[in-house]
Amino acid sequence: MTFSTVHALVLRNLYLYTRTPVRGIELIFWPLVDLLVWGYLTIFLQSHTGADFPHQITFLIGAVILWDIMFRAQQGVALYFLEDVWSRNLLNVFSAPVSNADYLASTYVIGFLRSAVTSLLLSVLAIGLYAFNIFQLDWMLLPFVFNLLLFGWALGMISTALIVRWGPAAETLAWAVPFFLQPFAAVYYPVDALPTAVQWVAHAIPCSHIFEGMRSGLRDGVVPWENLAWATGLNLLYLAAAGLLFTRVMKTSREKGLLTKFVSQ
Amino acid sequence: MPTPVLEVTDLVKEFGSVRSVDGLSLIIEKGDILGLLGANGAGKTTAINMILGIISPTSGTIQVFGRDLAHERIAILRRMNFSSTYTHLPGNLRVWQNLNVFGRIYRVPHLKRRIDEVLELLGIAQLKNRVTGDLSAGESTKLNLCKALLNKPELLLLDEPTASLDPDAADTVRRLTLRIREEDGTSILYTSHNMRDVEEVCDRVVFMHEGKALRTGTTREILDHFNEQSLESLFIRVARGGVIESSAPSSES
Ligand SMILES: Nc1ncnc2c1ncn2[C@@H]1O[C@H](COP(=O)(O)OP(=O)(O)OP(=O)(O)O)[C@@H](O)[C@H]1O
Ligand SMILES: [Mg+2]
Repeated sequence: MTFSTVHALVLRNLYLYTRTPVRGIELIFWPLVDLLVWGYLTIFLQSHTGADFPHQITFLIGAVILWDIMFRAQQGVALYFLEDVWSRNLLNVFSAPVSNADYLASTYVIGFLRSAVTSLLLSVLAIGLYAFNIFQLDWMLLPFVFNLLLFGWALGMISTALIVRWGPAAETLAWAVPFFLQPFAAVYYPVDALPTAVQWVAHAIPCSHIFEGMRSGLRDGVVPWENLAWATGLNLLYLAAAGLLFTRVMKTSREKGLLTKFVSQ
Repeated sequence: MPTPVLEVTDLVKEFGSVRSVDGLSLIIEKGDILGLLGANGAGKTTAINMILGIISPTSGTIQVFGRDLAHERIAILRRMNFSSTYTHLPGNLRVWQNLNVFGRIYRVPHLKRRIDEVLELLGIAQLKNRVTGDLSAGESTKLNLCKALLNKPELLLLDEPTASLDPDAADTVRRLTLRIREEDGTSILYTSHNMRDVEEVCDRVVFMHEGKALRTGTTREILDHFNEQSLESLFIRVARGGVIESSAPSSES
């Protein structure tokens, strides 16, 4: 990996956002809609259930923010590739001295920056609108958030690999991949709420351990180390698998001329 | 004898049952301009993409600067560059931003100065702050060439560099191609459907047909061999299936 190459590739995306600020709307608009809908739903439920309102429901707002961190990271990685497809720049990039590692590293940086923008904005709004302070979870939250980023990166890499493999027609995967997993990710409800038969799917996804961990941390005030360990271990596995998949797909794309098809279709 | 800048040997590319490149061999020495000529679908772009490492060969070898492309791709690509009418620089960036990004990727020293130099060279210095997507087809072709010249490549691949240019701009590009070869000793592989390009710019021509090199030599040698008056008439004859003579000995071998 070459730092200057990664820097250049990141710069290309920063120019994109600063040159066309309207691109930034997507970073703000959907998360904001989610926050408003789930936030007011929470308030509505609270006002109709009285004093024995389950603490977990307050966490819906937190879940919205945290899911978005993951989603923006995943998209940062997947859209990065599509930007080059849309602008017909793909061959310029892949005929340049850019290694797989350079390319992936720069998509991670962009994924991180996108997550940072969205999560900061949502956190501030949540405090203002609902007095939900995600930072009350204090430092305990950080390793979980970092794990969400890792999982977002892995999913982004998998999305890109599938798009390269299946061609321009599979572009929508950039948006769809995280939502395939959402039902099993225990974002808004615990794994227990799923039918027993599919609970193992949930346990195999780092997300479920992250969200379960954060709910239990919020409830009991102690760090759920076990969840953290599972999430981290699974994430490392996913990242390694996604990296392998990406490398394999790039090799296949050279054999089948897949990248050049993006130019002609 | 010095190592050739590019040496392609028995290159084959199959996409499923289609043989796009079929046993192509060619050599470019330092400062050579070699033209790849052939009808639509002859395999020119596929050959170029293999030399860029975007497509991997089914068989055959590609040596650039005496090194094996399959093993030292990144190091080789640093000393090469490429421009095609069919790829674009990101339309939503400004001209200088695009050159800045690629200049950094190719680790161009004194990048600011070099960006001004290449813009000047192509005569589009006034476009520096323009949004790339607003450029006309010809202007954007020139910008692609700026990108391709940024790192003073030792090997330059040009896929139809004059395809969307008016006669004046095409003439500029032809003269520029000769000038950079003259000044920097750049070796160039050049595809074009414009016979004038080929006759004026290329030292030697590889005449491709259905993935094979029918004949390699100077324009004169090729015309004499096929007993034709112009490349254009030869081109049409080949494209319509009039010459099936791939077994004829090439002037090189
Ligand atoms: N990725 C691919 N998958 C399948 N077939 C391909 C692919 N790329 C090229 N081909 C086929 O290979 C052949 C050669 O194509 P190529 O683009 O190299 O021709 P060309 O000489 O550059 O033509 P043109 O003058 O039209 O640019 C064509 O028949 C084309 O359909
Ligand atoms: Mg072509």
